[in-house]
Amino acid sequence: MTIDSGATAWVIVATALVLFMTPGLAFFYGGMVRRKNVLGMLMQNVFSMGLVSVLWAAVGFSLAFGGQNRFIGNFDFAWMKGIAKADSLPGYTGAFALVIPPLLFMAYQMMFAVITPALITGATADRLKFSAYAILIGVWSVIVYPIIAHWVFSPTGWLFKRGALDFAGGAVVHINAGAAALAVVLIIGVRRSYGQETMPPHNLPFTILGTGILWFGWIGFNAGSALAANGLAVQAIVNTHLAAAAAMLSWLVVEKAVAGHATTLGAASGAVAGLVAITPCAGFVGGMAPVYIGLLAGVGCYAALSLKKKFRFDDSLDVIAVHLVGGILGSLLLGLFADKGVNALGADGLFLGGGLRLLGEQGLAVIVTFGFSFTVTYVVATILDRTIGLRVADDDELVGLDQSQHAETAYQ
Amino acid sequence: MKLITAIIKPFKIDDVKNALKAIGVQGMTVAEVRGFGRQGGHSETYRGAEYNIDFVPKVRLEIVVDSEQVDQVVDTIVTSAATGKIGDGKIWVSEVERMIRIRTGEEGHDAI
Repeated sequence: MTIDSGATAWVIVATALVLFMTPGLAFFYGGMVRRKNVLGMLMQNVFSMGLVSVLWAAVGFSLAFGGQNRFIGNFDFAWMKGIAKADSLPGYTGAFALVIPPLLFMAYQMMFAVITPALITGATADRLKFSAYAILIGVWSVIVYPIIAHWVFSPTGWLFKRGALDFAGGAVVHINAGAAALAVVLIIGVRRSYGQETMPPHNLPFTILGTGILWFGWIGFNAGSALAANGLAVQAIVNTHLAAAAAMLSWLVVEKAVAGHATTLGAASGAVAGLVAITPCAGFVGGMAPVYIGLLAGVGCYAALSLKKKFRFDDSLDVIAVHLVGGILGSLLLGLFADKGVNALGADGLFLGGGLRLLGEQGLAVIVTFGFSFTVTYVVATILDRTIGLRVADDDELVGLDQSQHAETAYQ
Repeated sequence: MKLITAIIKPFKIDDVKNALKAIGVQGMTVAEVRGFGRQGGHSETYRGAEYNIDFVPKVRLEIVVDSEQVDQVVDTIVTSAATGKIGDGKIWVSEVERMIRIRTGEEGHDAI
C-alpha cells in the first residue's frame, strides 16, 4: 500500500469537518424547537458523538467494512483489532485502492456514522424520551447503519457491485436516516397540542448558524469522500457548494410565490436540501449539473413539505421532506446526470448517453435502503415503545425536555 | 400620587423616555411584555405553514408622579409614543396609596 501524504492530510482535515457537522446539526434543529426543548435537542445530537463513536470502534466499522461477504461485514476489525496495522481493507484494491491509512478511513467513516442517527432527532423533536433515544440509536448504529454502509459504500457490498453509485451518502446517510425518522414518527405519534397550538421556532439565528456549520462541514463530507487530494475532490467541493446555492435560490423563489415571503428559515432549508441532494452525486457529475440538481432539490423538497399535512404525521422539523426526499431526489438524479468524464469509476447517466441502466440501479438502491431502514427501525422502535416507552410522560412534555429529561434550563 | 401605566410600541421607548426626562420625570420602570388589543396579532410563515401569533411584543412603562403632574406626563407620552397607526397602545392612571423610598424610609411625595 502506498500512503499519499497529501491525500492523508486532506482526509484528516475532512474528518474534523464532518465531526463539526453534528454540533452544527444540533444548532440547526435546536433553533427550530420551542425554548423549553432546546437542550433536549442539542443533547440528543451531541450524545450521538459519544455513543456512536464508541460503538463504531467496537463493532460498527467492522460490520460495515470487514470481510468479503456481499451482505454484511464481519468481526475482523471488531474491538479495533488490526485496523491500525492493516495494509488495506477488503475490496479496496485495484482502482479502489486506498492511498490513506485504513485507520484514517475508519475515523472518517466514524463521523458519518455519528451524524446519521442524529438526523432522526429532528423528526421526533420535543417528545422522544432520552433513554429510549439512547437505546434506539445504539441499536440502530449496530444493526442498520453498518449494513447499509456495507451494501452501498464497501466495494464488497452487493449494491456497490451491481453498480449503484453513492459518492458520500445520499442513500447511506440521508435516505437511511429519513426512512428511520418516518418509522419512529409513525410510532411515537404527534406532539401534544399539535395542530391546535402554534409551535414556531424559538431561535432562528441558531438555525442559520447551524446551517453555516453544516454547509462548511459538508465540504469535508463530500470532497473528503474522494479519499484523495485531487481533481475529483475539487470537483466535489464545487458541486457541493453550487448545489447548496442553487437550492437556496429555488426554495426561496417557490416560497415567495406560494407563501408570500422569502424567509431565513427557507434559505437555510433550501441550502440543506441542496446539500443533501448533491451528496450522492458530488464526485460523479460536473459542469452545471450540480446547479440543476440543486434547483430541483429546492423545489422538490419544498413541495414535499405538504406531505406531512396530507398524511397527518408530525415530522416536527421536516427530516422526511429534506433528508428522505432530498436523498431520493439526489440518488435518482444521479441516474440522469452522472458523467464518466468526471469520474472514470462512475458511470454515464441517461443524459450522458448511458441509457437507463444507472437510473435503474439507483432506483433499486433507493428502494432497498428505504425498505431495510424503515422495516428494521419500525421493529426496534415498536419494541422500545412497548417496553420502556418512546415518549415522555404528558407532564414531562408540557414542562419540556430540558427540565424533564436533563434537569436544566437553557435560558435563565 | 398617581401611577401611570402605559403600554407602547417597543421601538418608541427611547422617544418616550427622552420626552419624559425633558419635562423633569425622574424615574420609570419598563418591562418587555406581550399582549393584544384591537391590533390583534400577526401571522408568521415557517416552511410554508402559517402561524398566527396572537401576542405581540409591547413595552410596559410605569411611572409614579404627583397628582398635579399627571396631565403633563400623560400628554407627553401620548405625543411621543404616537405613530397614528393601530397598535400604539394605551395609558391608564390609578391611585397610589403609599410610596416609600427603601434606602431612607421617606414616604409620599418625598419618595418620588
